[in-house]
Amino acid sequence: MDSIPVSYLLALSAVLFVLGILGVLLKRNALVVFMSLELMLNSGNLAFISFARSFEAISAQVVVFFVMTVAAAEVAIGLALMVEIFRTKHSIDLDQMNSLKG
Amino acid sequence: MLVVFFILAFVAVGTAVSMLVTRSSIYAALFLVLNFATVAVLYLILGAPFIALTQITVYAGSVVVLFLFVIMLLGAERLPGGESLKWQRLVAIGLAIVLSADFGVKMIGENTMLTSVTAPPEGYGAPAEIGKILFTKYAFPVEITAVILLVAVVGAILLAKPDEKPSVREGLRKKMDQEG
Repeated sequence: MDSIPVSYLLALSAVLFVLGILGVLLKRNALVVFMSLELMLNSGNLAFISFARSFEAISAQVVVFFVMTVAAAEVAIGLALMVEIFRTKHSIDLDQMNSLKG
Repeated sequence: MLVVFFILAFVAVGTAVSMLVTRSSIYAALFLVLNFATVAVLYLILGAPFIALTQITVYAGSVVVLFLFVIMLLGAERLPGGESLKWQRLVAIGLAIVLSADFGVKMIGENTMLTSVTAPPEGYGAPAEIGKILFTKYAFPVEITAVILLVAVVGAILLAKPDEKPSVREGLRKKMDQEG
């Protein structure tokens, strides 16, 4: 049985994180930007779990559990905000959200 | 094991890219589910079964369902295309290349302390073990998480609640004026 180098896992995590960054920077649909945020949180979790296995540290898995909880709370609040913005502006295009622009 | 990792990595990166490329928000959410599921399988390989199943229930089960619900509620399946800022895409891709180069340099620099992982030892990351540490060493953070979730629920209800009818508010104000 062969093994997986931890650097491969970290590379996968980095690639997923960069893809999430690209989504946040490029997409104009606010919901897809939110999904990209989740992708970034998820890649951070993957790095945490890889280090947990590498250093045999069970605490890192607990940290991932907390990150998941906070992400779930964030999604609940964020989507409620999105519904509220849609109610006032009738669009979730990020380019339309420029009311505070000077 | 390495072959399984490469297949999973391919699927994970492929679904992430498809999520960004597709124009339909529904497809993006469904690709996100697939991405979370492949990462959950990776967690299983890395000896974190509890986290893997939490990932499936919390992310694929509730977060993405919430996303789909909001997408269909708002009717935002498809946004009109067309870029308004041409330079934005170039700058974003440049920044992404810089960021990945930074990650790569860091990883090569730290390569000496990184090992390879094999199949996890028996009982590593078992739910009982996680639960034990969660409710002894990390009992206080668990309580804080409970408060965060409560605040999130109250905040979400407060934000999504429809405005009270003005007549109700007027009536209350008149009543208070009469009393006061």
